[in-house]
Amino acid sequence: MPAAVLKKQFASFLPLDWQDRPAPELARTGLPEVDATTGGLPRGCLTEIFGPASSGRTSLLCAILREAAARAEECALVDAEDAFDPVRASQAGVRLDRLLWVRCDHNAEHALKAADLLLQGGGFGLVAMDLGDTPAARRISLASWFRLRRAVEHTPTVLLMLARQSNAKTCASLMLECARREAEWCGKPSGRLLRGIRVEIARRKPGRAGAMNVRFPLR
Amino acid sequence: MFGSLCANGNLTSLALEFSPLVEQSAPNAVAFDAAGLTRLFGLPQDIAAAIARRAAELQFKANIALAANPDAALCAARGFAGTSIVPQGDEAKFLARLPLKLLAPSPELQDTLERWGIRRFQDLAALPELGIAERLGPEGLKLRRLARGEVERKLRPIDAPERFEETFESEYPVELLEPLLFVLARLLNGLTLRLATRALATDELRLRLALENRALHQRTLRLPVPSVDTKAFLKLLQLDLSAHPPPAPIVEVWLGMNPVKPRAAQTGLFIPAAPEPIELEITLARIRAIVGHDRAGWPEVLDTHRPDAFKMRARSAASPRPLTPGPWPLRLFRPPRPARVALVSGQPGFVAAEGIRGKVLDLAGPWRTSGDWWTADPWSRDEWDIALSDGALYRIYCEPRGWFVEGSYD
Repeated sequence: MPAAVLKKQFASFLPLDWQDRPAPELARTGLPEVDATTGGLPRGCLTEIFGPASSGRTSLLCAILREAAARAEECALVDAEDAFDPVRASQAGVRLDRLLWVRCDHNAEHALKAADLLLQGGGFGLVAMDLGDTPAARRISLASWFRLRRAVEHTPTVLLMLARQSNAKTCASLMLECARREAEWCGKPSGRLLRGIRVEIARRKPGRAGAMNVRFPLR
Repeated sequence: MFGSLCANGNLTSLALEFSPLVEQSAPNAVAFDAAGLTRLFGLPQDIAAAIARRAAELQFKANIALAANPDAALCAARGFAGTSIVPQGDEAKFLARLPLKLLAPSPELQDTLERWGIRRFQDLAALPELGIAERLGPEGLKLRRLARGEVERKLRPIDAPERFEETFESEYPVELLEPLLFVLARLLNGLTLRLATRALATDELRLRLALENRALHQRTLRLPVPSVDTKAFLKLLQLDLSAHPPPAPIVEVWLGMNPVKPRAAQTGLFIPAAPEPIELEITLARIRAIVGHDRAGWPEVLDTHRPDAFKMRARSAASPRPLTPGPWPLRLFRPPRPARVALVSGQPGFVAAEGIRGKVLDLAGPWRTSGDWWTADPWSRDEWDIALSDGALYRIYCEPRGWFVEGSYD
């Protein structure tokens, strides 16, 4: 039976707002280009950032961490690959005193458990799970993602997942795909310098796809 | 019956060993309630002898007096050396020869009494009450009653330093965590109740387990904020004992708490919510049980130029913020991946490492960095930024041990 018919039949029995879910509150990412396209990261939802190496995933994550800390929110980073660089992140403006860092030593299962515990504990403005290039990320079942999505629902927490490829599928409320465009080099061959990287961040879900170019300075 | 001690030394602790009701009457004198001591020691002389023995053990000589009221005992202890037992009903006679200065009258009253030739207790005690009241007022009357040893009053006891400790001695060795938790729950409930009734909380739990092999297993849990949350304490102890189990069965459990004032803080309406400190401590303990004790916390950058120099803190601490944001971070490989590098004209031309393989399309470097050459652990390396044919950007470096890929720009 088509959904429209069902809706028509049962609408009279159900409360008026049975299908009207309030739009989630959005949190800024700290990158004006991304905020202009997506409006920000939805609270109480799972946001997925994925892309290959050197596609700006980590820089985008750091920008989000920096912005969340600037809002005086407590953040947690579950780092499955132990890849976070606190020295340069601190130089980039990330408040380390507001960042709980869980190092999972290349164990995606530990990362999932830690993220679940942090979400159950509550109180964080942002919980980010960096699965990076961990091969085990692909083997995480959809049920695990669903559990995380349920855990973050109705909370003011932004749940962020970062990986090489999309894993959460339908459980993600917002999907941002990062792609590398070009590296910026400058100077003569004898004294060349890597100035920055240009990446393209594309919104894959929800609604209409949109893409934006972002430059991350490296010097 | 009341006792009094007069000496230079820690009289309070000595008196507290014999009575819970101790009054610090003067810097060098205390009075205490000795009512129940006859059941323990017998006659007043035996009580005084027991106190004198204990004072000798503590290596100070105290004047000891026992009387029916505290002020008579105090006067006797101040006025007579050694041990004095003031007979009940004969206080005036016993104290008769003591100088009036012991009662510390006001200077004006002392002048008046001097002029009258009243210098001893017996002189004042012999004067008529009505005449004293007419000529010297209430202060004179009070002095007369003191001199006659007739003042009946209650002690103003000092607050003894309380110890929040509980011990449980098991009839049989406890081998499993679950029965131990029952014991701990009982001890925690008692201690937190005592704290709560005194409007106190604790910021430290000290657990000492006496083991069957006569060893001691000690754990100390420091809390981020003072609390009296028994359930949280029990969970924290459970997680800690699971992570650090005692090596042998337990025969005795001792639990102590550090009493502190409870936290009084009001959050603002517009301040973002933060994790509840005790809940966060439990969450952290659970996470540390999974990932390892030193792998969850707040990073703190060390004051050195050595690459990747940081330490993990168990609690959040204010860190300096950069004045101007710097470059975006690397995605590090921990540990750095050993690499095979083919050189072309002295520059990296091909790089192969775990998960990385490609021809170098573009590069920048080398930059030589070094440090700590004045220590036993110096470091130096040449760094390159490279763009590989796989499309990614990496930071590689060469040091005496060989080539390594430090991380990728991401």
